[in-house]
Amino acid sequence: MTKQSKPVRRTPEIRPDKAGALKSLAKCPTGIRGLDDVTEGGLPRGRATLVSGGAGCGKTLLAMEFVVRGARDFGEPGVFMAFEETEAELASNVASLGFDLPSLIRRRKLAVDYVRIERSEIEETGEYDLEGLFVRLGSMIDEVHAKRVVLDTIESLFSSLPNEGILRAELRRLFRWLKDRGVTAVITAEQGREGQLTRYGLEEYVSDCVIVLDHRVNNQVATRRLRVVKYRGSKHGTNEYPTMIDEHGLNVLPITSLGLCHDVSARRVSTGVERLDTMMTGKGYWEGSSILVSGTAGAGKTSIATALVDGVCRRGERCLFFSFEESPDQIVRNMASIGFDLNRHVRSGCLQFHTVRPTLYGLENHLVTLHEIVDRWHPRAVVMDPITGLTSIGEPGEVKSMLMRVVDYLKSRNITTLFTSLTEGGAALEKTDISISSLMDTWLLLRMVESAGERNRILYVLKSRGMAHSNQMREFMLTDHGIKLTDVYVGRGEVYTGSARAIQESHDRADALAADQASQRRMREITHEQLALEAQVRTLQSRLAELRQEMTMAAKQEQERDAAARHDTRGLARVRKADSDRAQEEGSDT
Amino acid sequence: MTKAASSPKPGTWDLKLYIAGYTPRAVKALENLKQLCEEHLHGAYSIEVVDLLRNPRLARGDQIVAVPTLVRKLPVPVRKIIGDLSNRERVLVGLDLRPR
Repeated sequence: MTKQSKPVRRTPEIRPDKAGALKSLAKCPTGIRGLDDVTEGGLPRGRATLVSGGAGCGKTLLAMEFVVRGARDFGEPGVFMAFEETEAELASNVASLGFDLPSLIRRRKLAVDYVRIERSEIEETGEYDLEGLFVRLGSMIDEVHAKRVVLDTIESLFSSLPNEGILRAELRRLFRWLKDRGVTAVITAEQGREGQLTRYGLEEYVSDCVIVLDHRVNNQVATRRLRVVKYRGSKHGTNEYPTMIDEHGLNVLPITSLGLCHDVSARRVSTGVERLDTMMTGKGYWEGSSILVSGTAGAGKTSIATALVDGVCRRGERCLFFSFEESPDQIVRNMASIGFDLNRHVRSGCLQFHTVRPTLYGLENHLVTLHEIVDRWHPRAVVMDPITGLTSIGEPGEVKSMLMRVVDYLKSRNITTLFTSLTEGGAALEKTDISISSLMDTWLLLRMVESAGERNRILYVLKSRGMAHSNQMREFMLTDHGIKLTDVYVGRGEVYTGSARAIQESHDRADALAADQASQRRMREITHEQLALEAQVRTLQSRLAELRQEMTMAAKQEQERDAAARHDTRGLARVRKADSDRAQEEGSDT
Repeated sequence: MTKAASSPKPGTWDLKLYIAGYTPRAVKALENLKQLCEEHLHGAYSIEVVDLLRNPRLARGDQIVAVPTLVRKLPVPVRKIIGDLSNRERVLVGLDLRPR
């Protein structure tokens, strides 16, 4: 092992502190997006890695990125020995990726050598070895103090040198020598026929780590893939990973960018439905979050998605609509029926549809397509409708891992993502087919409620991370003017929706009216009675007054009669000449 | 062919032998070369021995991979002959001294 003699930089080695403790393999990060995740840190440091694949797979690109990123980003100079392309060709090929080879070479971070042997120029006249190659490689390594070496594609020596026996012996010696120099090497090789890793059996010499690149065409769609076939002494992802070449170079799409360290946004995105915003503390979804809308057929999933799309596009931001079941025209027409004018957004360039049957091609192609469009077009929101369609082309596990990649990828770009998922009629509602709910930040559930001979839609927020969302059910109605949410009827321990709610509400109104009327009637009765009594009182009082008057009259008449009588008596007395004193006294009293 | 000049002149053979250190194989190649030149070139040649261990950068110019490699710089076209030159017939073919 050369690692002891040459201390490795950057990657700390774990020293065995106890006998028997495993020393973890030192790794050399490639800097290639995704590849370091798949290999859990990079290529084996101080060893050689074989990169094999057919023509046009990106072998040279992978190798070039390895040295350039090493020199540029990791402070590890490199040597690139090319057997197929000249220095100038290599430089111009990677210039579009932002790799400035001439500058790196000037600054002695990189050495490039083009090795060319024309078989027609060569005459073999006895024993020889490949020391010339060793000398060239060695002098370059010394020149830039290289830590990384690429041989691309050393196999071409087999077609230019006649003596295969010597060549094999020398290659064996070369790989041994590279190991002794302590450099991390990448050896590229053409894939052989009939499943052979390499055409000339190089895997026999380079066996610490083998990466296979593949570029295959299925159903007229080309996909690049990468697989780590072998990695001695280390864990690694064993799947075939979809791979892309974009303007930044090679991009391996691992299951997930294991870090889970995307920046989160403090912005909110309106759901496009006022009442739904209200249910989510009045502001809607978090920007860059993942939203799942699940529900049975016809529950209005696409409509909820469209509300978000409409809102995003109205703000002049871009939205990408992946539809796996409906054509753009169909979506536009259907959504126009509930008052969403999507055509306007398509014309203004804010909305882009990508409609394709899930079965048209494999999962990773969908993933790659998504990556490509998102990278090229930079939407602020993405809708995938419905993801359940994908299960027809992959195992649930695969679909889940694909969606995990989608979620991670879009989150890392702070793109709000809405997935719709169809729940089968009989299945439990709070269970999605692909069991991806744990990946989702917000989960809206749409339910159909059957009652009184009709089906009505109910919506509720099952979960929404990072906000105090409403726990209430809402009746969800699709009207000519968009989506409307109304309170469901909750009372007497029952929940009513639709016409049942309407009936119940009118019942309630009738009851209230009746009660109201009854109380009014009672009031009236009391008033009547009161009035009647008052009338009686008045009658009695007038009778009383009458009686008093009568009494006064009677008393007066009596007096008058008495006076008259007395007058008469006096007159009589005068006439009779009776006791005058008594008669005078009586007369003075009156 | 009839001239026997020792200094390189137009028409003389300019030969370079690339070796990596004076290994037995390199020494053997040089001996073979000298003998062959004396027999067939009659002094109208110059031999330069390039030791790549001393001048590693020179390997790039003539695209040397195998050692020993004999490069015929003149007369043009350039020819390369690899190996210890022990197969005389092939060396002569390689130097265009024998028809192929």
